[in-house]
Order: sequence, then C-alpha cells, then structure tokens
Amino acid sequence: MSAPTEVEVGRIVGAPVERKEDKKLLQGQAQWVDNMRVPGMVYLGVVRSPYAHARIKSVDVKPALAHSDVVAAWSGADIDEEWAGSLPCAWIPTEDTNAPEHKPVAVDKARYVGDAVAVIAATSRGAAEDAAELVEVEYEPLPAVVDPEAALADGAPIVHEQFGTNRCYTWTLEAGEVDRLFAEADVVVSERYRQNRLIPNAIEPRAVFVTPIPATGEFTLFSTTQVPHIARVTLSGVTGIPEAKLRVIAPDVGGGFGSKLNVYAEEALALAVARRLGRAVKWTETRSEGYLSTIHGRDQIQEIELAATSEGRITAVRAKLTVGFGAYLQLVTTGIPLLGAWLYAGSYDVEGYSFECTGVFTNTVPTDAYRGAGRPEATYAIERAVDALARKVGKDPVEVRRLNFIREFPAEITSGLTIDSGDYDACLDLALEKSGYEAVREEQKARRAAGDSKRLGIGLSTYVEMCGLAPSAILGAIRYGAGGWEAATIRCLPAGTVQVLTGSTPHGQGHETTWSQIVADRLGYDVDEVEVLHGDTAVVPLGMDTYGSRSLAVGGVALYHAADRIIEKAKRIAAHLMELNVEQVEHVRGVFQGPESSMTLKEVAFAAWTAHNLPEGVEPGLEATYVYDPPNFSWPSGAHVAIVEVDTETGAVELLRYIAVDDVGTVVNPTIVEGQIQGGIAQGVAQALYEDAIYDDDGNLLTSNMVTYLVPSAAEFPRWELYRTETPSPTNPLGVKGVGETGAIASPAAVMNAVVDALAADGITDITMPATPERVWRALEEVKA
Amino acid sequence: MRNVSLTVNEVPYELELEPRELLVYVLRERLGLNGTVVGCDTSSCGACTVLLDGESVKSCTVLGVQADGCEITTIEGLAQNGSLNPLQEAFHEHHALQCGYCTSGMVLAATSLLAENPSPSEEQIRHALEGNICRCTGYQNIVDAIGAVAR
Repeated sequence: MSAPTEVEVGRIVGAPVERKEDKKLLQGQAQWVDNMRVPGMVYLGVVRSPYAHARIKSVDVKPALAHSDVVAAWSGADIDEEWAGSLPCAWIPTEDTNAPEHKPVAVDKARYVGDAVAVIAATSRGAAEDAAELVEVEYEPLPAVVDPEAALADGAPIVHEQFGTNRCYTWTLEAGEVDRLFAEADVVVSERYRQNRLIPNAIEPRAVFVTPIPATGEFTLFSTTQVPHIARVTLSGVTGIPEAKLRVIAPDVGGGFGSKLNVYAEEALALAVARRLGRAVKWTETRSEGYLSTIHGRDQIQEIELAATSEGRITAVRAKLTVGFGAYLQLVTTGIPLLGAWLYAGSYDVEGYSFECTGVFTNTVPTDAYRGAGRPEATYAIERAVDALARKVGKDPVEVRRLNFIREFPAEITSGLTIDSGDYDACLDLALEKSGYEAVREEQKARRAAGDSKRLGIGLSTYVEMCGLAPSAILGAIRYGAGGWEAATIRCLPAGTVQVLTGSTPHGQGHETTWSQIVADRLGYDVDEVEVLHGDTAVVPLGMDTYGSRSLAVGGVALYHAADRIIEKAKRIAAHLMELNVEQVEHVRGVFQGPESSMTLKEVAFAAWTAHNLPEGVEPGLEATYVYDPPNFSWPSGAHVAIVEVDTETGAVELLRYIAVDDVGTVVNPTIVEGQIQGGIAQGVAQALYEDAIYDDDGNLLTSNMVTYLVPSAAEFPRWELYRTETPSPTNPLGVKGVGETGAIASPAAVMNAVVDALAADGITDITMPATPERVWRALEEVKA
Repeated sequence: MRNVSLTVNEVPYELELEPRELLVYVLRERLGLNGTVVGCDTSSCGACTVLLDGESVKSCTVLGVQADGCEITTIEGLAQNGSLNPLQEAFHEHHALQCGYCTSGMVLAATSLLAENPSPSEEQIRHALEGNICRCTGYQNIVDAIGAVAR
C-alpha cells in the first residue's frame, strides 16, 4: 500500500460542483425505460400465482387468446423451450449449496405469491392486464412456510422437494480460541435480534423494453437495471442469445438501492417473447406487482454473543444467522448475509471471532441486495450488543466503545481482513460534541426524576463497514462468480473536449459530475468539456456496474489511472513536437511544459488525431483504457447519534435529532456525498421505525402496496446534522472510500439503541424493528405486568 | 370513446379518450409528455403530480375525461425559453434531486404549496410534501430548496 501522491485534492476534486445531471431531470426530459414506444410493439402481462405454494395442475390460455387485442399467450410449459439456462445466481458459497433451477415462468409448481405462471402479449397495456386475468390456472394448494426458523423445523413444507430440506447452505468462519474466551469470560451477553424484511422501493418501478432485429438475431434490451454488463452475460446464458448479439442499455434509471442489482424473469421473458414474435416488447411493473416480483431485503434472525471482562473489554464475538432467502436464489441472494460476515465485531478489537450463517428457502419473494446488504445487519447486531454489554457492566455506552476501539491502522482484524485506515475516536469525539451528549444525559435524568411520561433516549452507532466491491481474488476465494474490477476509458477528442467511458452505471449518484471533476482535475479540461458515457454495453463494452458503494472507489480510481496513461502518451507526442526529450517535459493539469516551450493537452489531442507528425511507434489518436482491480475493500467508518423521545402512554417514538459523523476518505464532491449520506440515513431510520414487509402464515404479503407498507415522507424526518472527518484510504491514489451505503448501515442501530435507552429504566432491553407505537406500547404493558 | 378538450402547458388539445384512461397515461402516451411519471398504483407516491386548474393533483387518480375543459401544467411547462424557473433552479442549487424520478411531482407539489402559502415554515413544507415520496434524498435538500424560494 502506498500513500497517495499525485492528486492535489481541493482544486476541482473536493469542490461542490453543481450536478450536470439535473437540468434534464428538472425539465421532464429524462429517458426512462417506460418512455420508450415504437409502432407495433406488444405489452407483456404476467399471470402470477395467488398461492404461496401450489402445484400447477393446468393452465388454459385460450380465454385470453379470445381477447381481441391479445397477440399471444403462453403457459410456463408453452414457453419453456426458450430457456437455455436458469435465471442466474452468481454466488454459490459452499460446495454443498442447494441451488435450485429458477425458470422465468414456473412450470410444475408455484413457490411464492407472485411467481409467474403464464405470460400474455397484447397490443395495449390495458389489454395485457385484462387478458392476464382471463387465463385459467388450476392449482393444488400446498402448505406454505414463511418464517426461516420454522422452515428448518422437522415436518416443515419443503419449497424445493429435490433437496429434502429448506436449508440452502451453512457457511462458517472462525478465528481465535473462541470457546476458551467464552469459558473464561467474566461477562457474557447473549442477544437475539430480528432484521425486518424490507421492500427497497426505488421510486421508478422496474421496466423492460426489447427491440429485436429478427434477420440477424440481434436484440437491444433497455432495462431499469444497475447492472447492464452483468445482465448481458447472464441473460445470454438464460436465453441462448449470443453475448455479441445482445446489447443492454440502462438509460436514465430512477434509483436502485440494490433492487436493480439483479437479473429478473421479466428481462428474460421480454427477450424470449421478442424472439418468438419478432416484435418489440415492453413490460412495466405496477408498484403492487413489484412488491411481488422485485427482490426484498434483510429478513434475518440474528443471535449474537459477546464474551467480555467485568470492565467491558470484549474478548470474543459469536454470531449466528438464520436468513430467509425466499423461494429462489436471485443474483446474489446467497452472498448478502456474507457481506457482513467479517463485521460482527464492528470497530472493536477482539481476540476470538465466530460467524455462522444458514440460508433458508421459504415461500416468499426472494431476498437479495438492499442498501448496505449484510453490513447494516452486522452493524445492528454488534452495536446493539455493545449497548447491552454496557448495561450489564454498568457503564456508559461511550465508555465501553472507547475501551474496545481498534486504533492501529492498517488493522488486521481477527475475522481475517485488513481495515485500510480510520480514526474512530475522532468520529466519536465530534459526534458527542455536536450532539451535546452530556447535556442530553442530564435532561434524561431530570425527566426520569420528574416522572415525565415522555422518555428521552440517546443511541450511538460507531460503525465500520467494508465496501468498494471488491478485490477479484477475494471474491474468487469466497466463491463469487465474477471479478470486482472496473474499467474506464478516456478519449481526448480533436476539437477540445473529452469523452469518458465508465463501466460504472449510475442511477442517481451523480457519476457524470464526479467523474468530470476527476478528469478535469487531472487533465486540465473544464468540467463542462467532459462527457461521461455509461450504461450501454455497445458504447462501454467493459464494466462491472454499480452496487456495493463501488463506483468511486473502483470505477473512479480506474479513471484516475486511465488519465495517467493519457498523460504518458501525450507527453511523448508533446516532447516530439517540441523537439525535446520526454524527460525535459513536465505535465501539470493539461499543460506540457518544456524548458522554453509548452503545449496544451488539447493541442496534443489534435496532433494525435491528424497524425501528421507522431514519434516513431506511437499510434494515432489519444485514448486510454485502464481496468482497475482494487487491492482491498474500502472501509468507511463513523459515529452516528440518534436522540428520540418515546411517549410511554401511546408508544409513539419521535426522532428528535440525528447527528452523523462519517469518515469516507477523500471527498470528490461534498454536496453529492452529503446527499448520499442523507438518503442512506433516511432508509435506515425507516427500517428502525416504519418499514416492515409482513407475510401471513399462508404466505400472503399483507403489506402488498404503498398504502400498507410505510415508506416515510418528509413529515416523518428531522433535519440531518452531518459532519465529516477524513482519513484518506492508503489503498488508492485518490484516497477515496465508498459512501453510498454508510447511512443505511449506521442508522438502524443508532435509532434502536436510542429507543431502548429511553426505556431501559422501565426494564425494557429490546424492541423488535420497526419500533411501531403498538410494539413499544405492548412492550411497556408486558414489563408492567 | 369520449371527446375531450384540454389545455396542457398552454397548448389546446382535442382528444378522443376511452373513459377508463387515466390522465397520467393521456399525458404520457397520447401527448408524449414523459416528464410526468408513474411511481405507484395506490395514489401514494405523488410522482405523477401535475397542476389541474392551478391545483396539484395526482394524475394517476384523475380520469382523462374528468379533465375535460381544464388547464393542466406539467413539468415540461415550467421552464421559460429554456431557463429553469426559480423553483427548478433552487432544486438544482440545493441538490434536491438524485435519481430525479420523483422530481417532477415534487416541483409541482411545491408550486401548488407556494401558490397557496408563499412563505411556509419548514414544518408546513414537510407536511405539504406528505403525499410525495422520494427514496433518494432523505428530503432535507428538497425542503431547503422550497424554503429558499419561499423566502
């Protein structure tokens, strides 16, 4: 690891440059997939199982075909020959992982409410919806199972009969003498938490639009996806369309949060129908349909134990997860809990570490990546458990945290990875100061003494997370099916502007602005002279896409290195044209300076284009590509503080203040970084207080639309009070770390620690998320009884 | 089919509509005004908000035939001669949008709020936006953008 040297941060990198993306979005000129229409196109309607578990006895599409606007209708069996392979799961964590075949349309059995059983192609959206209701499906309902622990019990209904069990896999990680440390511990804390099932709710519903060229067998797939490159290679496998004949375009995409980091049945289905009919095909989910067909997140039962001294020094951590995977494995369903596998000791230095995760099939919508993906869960468990330890040893949670912080960096942690950099005390100090921690504790005491029915609580979350996915060799070692690199190309055009091709695929993160800043800083262009192209496999063939807070930490660093290659080539050309040796020429932000003469990069780009006078062996044109494979994850950290008021008469929790101190390394655009953190915190607070995807015992999703599933509005949130500290990552020359998920990772623990803190004197030690008024009120009634 | 006359962004249209067609699809699919978008099917998210005779409505909850004789303003009707209006400009300056999908509805809901109450408090702004869901921003910058125009 070498320290960053070349970038002088603070000129354009580090400046709050206003976003280049905004003007079209603010005038209604974005290119959403659902905007796309061509004459002769058909609309897909998907017939979905109303049963969580049922044998499909027969499917009769004839009544749908009788509809005047219906072009075609097929059962799962009718369309089965279109599939060259299963819908993909890219992560098989163990050799004995049970990975079922996953067809885009079910043939024999429906395994969750929403499982596709037939498909309609019609000439209008309305006709497709109407005709879907005309298909007659005869089901033989089977007993269903929705709870992951119940699914492991003897006699539970089996989701995939061929395995004889609902267990998908058990994955373990152990380091240090864990059993001895627990045996010798003065104090053991044993906690059990539930990670509520969440629905990501990217505000743009999913949509797919396919245009075929039947004569050549070429297809263009427009999709609301975070991962056009991954979609191309995997959908080629599902449909048998050769990769070279499949172009995938993610145009403007309205949020993802992991829900669009996937390869879905409807993408394969639209390609298959376009191939069968030779016509353009479109499908757009309704929000309620999306609740049954787009992945959910979380759904974990966590057991965590801490071994500690009587002072509160933690010696070992033992974590055991039971995770609901739903009915099938989507792209990275299996890997999500494992992205937290190394983090159950959080920011604390421990000697012993044990992690075990069992993934379980249930008759529910598959779970997969939702903002934070494994790391909010880990952070929640350790941060809640540390508070429980503080109560047990009779100390303030601040004191116990300070007693255990990792302080030497780079830090090889017991679970086996290396944290790049950090200063956890600095974050905590600033968070305590800005929150007025001591004053809040005083007011809390005063309210208790006065018997105030409105209790005050203050909660901490001193998190560290690993993101910037990821070193390819590590991904290989944990049996992920692809690499973690990213590609960038810089193309200096002859007329004075520059094109950037990035394999990262933004959907709200502002890459066009941030990437322009990096290129402007390194090569001396104005931000407005940089054009950033992304999200089209024909324009940017090489990419690994956007998820896991990887875009800047991997894709942005690739861009930095591509700029190096531009400078190297341009310097040779400039030296040649100025009749100097290369060693005599120095480059400073787009200017090649010789002892008595100079050339700008733009002049060199023009000369490289005309190619009239280039040095021996130098190719015309000024373009460079760099594919960057990061040597480590990036490790953002911070201290978040939530202050809540709990009304013991109604059970209502009000979040009064939220203070966040984050260390995300070097910041390229502070405005965009703040926006990312604000949005992440809001989603995490929503997990803690509002959102919960609830199934009944028969596998019906009770929170089946946006009325019953509570996505909070502006009225539910306080102002976010944000601060930063900065320890640049030594693993990359920009010093950057990921930021997209930190808010969602840190905040559920801070809020729930505050809720429990408010009620601790009443004898309450846990409230299950979300802490609804009913749950809080019932918990208070129970302790009274 | 019913004959319907409406004015959208000051342009008059004569349309023949199916009675069940929602206003949002009339705007998107008949008139090609794709700036108004659909985010849910329960009138919860507000992404489809437009102004109907100056008042904000969710265009997924209004039938096209109900808008007969009405004046409608969509996001495409706000900028003048290619320049953002003050509210749009404030959204840009305050980084009040990320993915931008909720933005049309947010801007039009805010337009309606400011027409009714030119100087709302922060709390009033937050409550006025209760019917508009943003999943990216955590709302603070949206609230600040509206507040900046209000003052």
